Amino acid sequence: MIRFDNVSKRYPGGHEGLAGVSFHMEAGEMAFLTGHSGAGKSTLLKLIGLLERPTRGQIMVDSRNLGKLPSRKIPYHRRKIGMIFQDHRLLHDRTVFDNVALPLVVAGFSREEIARRVRAALDKVSLLNKEKAYPITLSGGEQQRVGIARAVVSKPPVVVADEPTGNLDPGLSREIMNLFEDFNQVGVTLLIATHDIGLISSMNKRVITLDKGQLSGDLR
Amino acid sequence: MSSKRPVKRSSKKPRNPSFIQSWLLRHAQVSLASLGRMFRAPIATLMTSTVIGIAVCMPAGMWVILDNLKQLSGSLDGAASISVFIKQEATPKQVLELHSRYSELPEVSETQLISSDDALMEFRQFSGFSRALDILDENPLPAVIVVTPTTAFSTAKQAPLLAKKLEQDPLVDFAQLDLEWVKRFHAITDIALRAVIILASVLGLAVLLIIGNTIRLEIQNRHDEIAITKLIGTTNAFIRRPFLYAGFWFGLLGGITAWLLVSISLWLLAGPISTLTGLYQTDFRLDLLGFAATLLLVFGSALLGLLGARIAVGRHLDAIEPE
Repeated sequence: MIRFDNVSKRYPGGHEGLAGVSFHMEAGEMAFLTGHSGAGKSTLLKLIGLLERPTRGQIMVDSRNLGKLPSRKIPYHRRKIGMIFQDHRLLHDRTVFDNVALPLVVAGFSREEIARRVRAALDKVSLLNKEKAYPITLSGGEQQRVGIARAVVSKPPVVVADEPTGNLDPGLSREIMNLFEDFNQVGVTLLIATHDIGLISSMNKRVITLDKGQLSGDLR
Repeated sequence: MSSKRPVKRSSKKPRNPSFIQSWLLRHAQVSLASLGRMFRAPIATLMTSTVIGIAVCMPAGMWVILDNLKQLSGSLDGAASISVFIKQEATPKQVLELHSRYSELPEVSETQLISSDDALMEFRQFSGFSRALDILDENPLPAVIVVTPTTAFSTAKQAPLLAKKLEQDPLVDFAQLDLEWVKRFHAITDIALRAVIILASVLGLAVLLIIGNTIRLEIQNRHDEIAITKLIGTTNAFIRRPFLYAGFWFGLLGGITAWLLVSISLWLLAGPISTLTGLYQTDFRLDLLGFAATLLLVFGSALLGLLGARIAVGRHLDAIEPE
């Protein structure tokens, strides 16, 4: 589902984000991406969502060769990748419902279909009663769950998350991880960047470790 | 039998709107949303559209004034006359015949014959050369027929053609068109028209910049929102749309404001102008903006708004990429 083949990313100014990284994730696999700050976790996730392009190497996602994807096709690629961020990236002038609905609106779903799917996604993250609330009135954990609902509402085959539990206490983090496990059980491929070693070790999943932009470990 | 099937199917599931229907619906939603966003900031919207209105109303107002001047020049054209000088060898009888032939021409509304004797008498009376004229053996002055063309043949274009035609007669020495000052008047209105076009171009550019700048600020204000929606897989066309509609609405509101400003100004001018034309005893009436001109004004302005937004959006939207 996700294949990195000798991928490097060098930023202008010479900083090397990734250096010759290769790995492969099967469809329906769930893996953690870990490493120190600046090890290249975020860079790797950005490359999957084509927020950035690699300087070298080949990336395949969902049997699409990202190197051959023209810029105008990037939006359609992103619609098939659910992206979750530590800072949630919600629109603060819109309700929870409208935030979660956004990917469906963009994709041109009918109003009824949007309402049905948004409610299903909100139900999944236990926020159905907050659909009319504005994100600013929610707690950090709730906001993160809105972000997760938005990422999965259009049922993308791949979901990537960048430090989704970064600001949450262990109990809430655990809840979020359980949610991810549920998604994984219905066949979603998940790659989660985190440095919460305690959490990872309790999950018994594949762990890909980066160190200074290079792959330093891949434990299944 | 076979016609039953689709009916059954559509009753089960709500019918999917066609592509065009949903496209139209989406555009209607976006355009109304843009308008709603503008009305939620009424002061800013009012100021922007007033600035656009002022910029648009200046060339529009000047054009109306010019249009009225042209109407005025139409009534001046009637004053054009052609003096046809008859050759000396023509007999008085021939001159009379020529005069009656001229008066029957369809292009001619009025003719006046000044015989050489009449002309001499008049010249004696007004020139002060009466004594000098006494010395001459014969009358040096030719007979003149003053021809006033009909309105259609009084224009700067038609009158010279008529003069040429009258000159064709073998009895005629030459025909002089007293059109110089009408020509000058036309030349002045031509310059004024050119000035209006220049002014309209410059102020049109100003409208483009005003709207471009407004949209640029709006894009900056919504920078984070745009970055987030791009993250979700929004196409550039989708992000562009509300801004293009905003530009269109700004232009439209500006056009309506301009129309109001022009109409109010003309209404204020109408009184004094009718007093003035009353003094000149003409039946000149100040024309307001016509229906076609109003449409052109309002939708031309809206189009400028759309164009300004398109330029701003093209320059600034693509630069926003999610991080």
